[in-house]
Amino acid sequence: MTPISYYMALSAILFAIGVTGVLIRRNVIVMFLSIELMLNAVNLALVALGRRIGSMDGQVIVFFVMTVAAAEAAVGLAIIIAMFRNRETVNADELNLLRW
Amino acid sequence: MTIELLIGAIKAIVIVLLVLGLTTLMLWFERKGAALIQDRIGANRADILGIGKRFGLPNFGIINTVLADPIKMFTKEDFVPDGADRFLHGLAPFLALFPVLVTFAVAPMGDILRVGSHTIDLQPANLNVAALYVLATIGIGVYGIALGGWASNNRWALLGGIRASAQMISYEIAMSLAIVAVVVCYGTLDLQAMCRSQGGVWFGFLPKWGILLQPVSFLILLVAGMAESKRVPFDLPEGESELVAGYFTEYSGGKQAVFMMTDFAEVLLVSVLIVTFFFGGWQVPWLARDGFHFPGGAHLGLPNLVVALLQFIAFWVKVVLFCLFQILIRWTLPRFRYDQLMRLGWKGLVPLGLINLVVTAFVVVVAGGK
Amino acid sequence: MPVGIFAFLAVLAVITGLGVILQRNPVHCVLALALVLTDLGVIFMGLGAVTVGFLQIIVYVGAIMVLFLFVIWLLNIQVDPGAGGHLGLKLLGAVAAAAMAGEFAEVIEHTPKISQIATVPADFGSVAELARYLFTDYLVAFEVTSVLLLAAVVGAIALARRVSPSLVLVAPVAARGATSPPEPDVPVARRESA
Repeated sequence: MTPISYYMALSAILFAIGVTGVLIRRNVIVMFLSIELMLNAVNLALVALGRRIGSMDGQVIVFFVMTVAAAEAAVGLAIIIAMFRNRETVNADELNLLRW
Repeated sequence: MTIELLIGAIKAIVIVLLVLGLTTLMLWFERKGAALIQDRIGANRADILGIGKRFGLPNFGIINTVLADPIKMFTKEDFVPDGADRFLHGLAPFLALFPVLVTFAVAPMGDILRVGSHTIDLQPANLNVAALYVLATIGIGVYGIALGGWASNNRWALLGGIRASAQMISYEIAMSLAIVAVVVCYGTLDLQAMCRSQGGVWFGFLPKWGILLQPVSFLILLVAGMAESKRVPFDLPEGESELVAGYFTEYSGGKQAVFMMTDFAEVLLVSVLIVTFFFGGWQVPWLARDGFHFPGGAHLGLPNLVVALLQFIAFWVKVVLFCLFQILIRWTLPRFRYDQLMRLGWKGLVPLGLINLVVTAFVVVVAGGK
Repeated sequence: MPVGIFAFLAVLAVITGLGVILQRNPVHCVLALALVLTDLGVIFMGLGAVTVGFLQIIVYVGAIMVLFLFVIWLLNIQVDPGAGGHLGLKLLGAVAAAAMAGEFAEVIEHTPKISQIATVPADFGSVAELARYLFTDYLVAFEVTSVLLLAAVVGAIALARRVSPSLVLVAPVAARGATSPPEPDVPVARRESA
């Protein structure tokens, strides 16, 4: 039986990879994918800790996180589509109308 | 430990061989069945060195379908279009076939078989969340189609792929609602338990099959299943007279054979699901574990091996009958237009499935959680 | 779940996760993420959360990633010419990631090694258990989530639909098509009215 700290370490590594993805990629869709990766790393941490204390609360929270992530993905992609229709680009560097 | 592993391996091999064999049989049924419906003869020429002609063998078209066609398919040149994504182009057919084949692991083929001191459950994998597993693997099947269309570097293949995957995910919802209603009715997600609870009789003679409990779900699952496997009347993504061949235009040889196999394997899968949920699975009417219990009161005791064999045969006979039914529908109905297809899925089947689910849940609660 | 299986799944998840952020073709990134999510789903099942694991595969891999693919194809997004912004940004990203990894390592080092896991009943993580919690303790959250999904669907459609051309544009085009005057007439008429 693997110790729970191994699961936490995997969750931390995946989260760090997600953060790196958001910072170094300029394609808005890939940034969005990295955000989903971060969300799932947190899901893993929740399920692992829920298992450690023997409570179902971790899984219930993960259920809600999954649902909210689905809703957020739909709306986020709709925003990307609307942006693309206006500016013809998905490069985050070129979406700079609000910059000082 | 090892004996369980061995038994599991044998069950897995048996079901894989059966599925692959039945897929080839489906191909033969398709060709000769189509010929029968369309009032023509069909394939009747291929022969080996004139041997079969003496016995009238070529007329059945078996050598054609089982020998000549597969050999042709697998020895054709296998090309990847210029500018296409080589890795995904090669991966897509297998990504389409794998989820379909893997779903058969939870198909219950029989009740139990007692060999010596072991009691073997005739289901390759006994999951207690088997219905969820089926939904998950059907969901993964979308990727092979979508990627097959995109990786061909061909905009009409891409269009076919997008249409096909949009159709598949739309009808997945209708399918899920039908399956959920059945799950609410039986109170379990385990397919083997569902089959077992379809034994017994009502009013002394009527077998307790699922179709009497959930007729609406049966219709929804039948229609949604045929739309999932992109069979006529839902085969616009394939569009055999419109989009050349839709998402597998740029595939030839072995990879196209794999896509075709996916088509027939999905027909088999839909039949297996319908038989398991609605037609008692491996249940033979009035056959219990120890023998026949006829309605008049007569009892015919049978050894366990004979019972298991009867149930096994009954299951596959029912599955083949439903496959023939789907082939019959294919060659009878014209094709849906794409917007009609989507309208049927979203505005027809989904509300129907939801209403059915609500009514089922209500009846189950009122009847005391049976 | 045995350490060997977990090690395999963890290595696969990390390598594929790196693939998500480092690949140039967005479609490859989406597929890599789908693989990571399936991997995590299997890890969930190994942790006893069978329902959540299957839901992860059905919802995330089967629906959300397909949605990403559709959007990429709808917008016809090509391969990134250069995978990233200028060098300073990449350096900052690497430094930030290293700092975060270091922080996590510190936290994990200083907490007691939790290897004793609570024993759980046989139906832990089953559909019935999850449903029981959803419909008793977390009922309000459940209902609010359904409203949230409805709002998301409406919002996504409102944001992404094409606005149909207004009637003002349609009428002159129709008129011109019906009478089909030769081109020189039109500027003359406009000049006179102006």
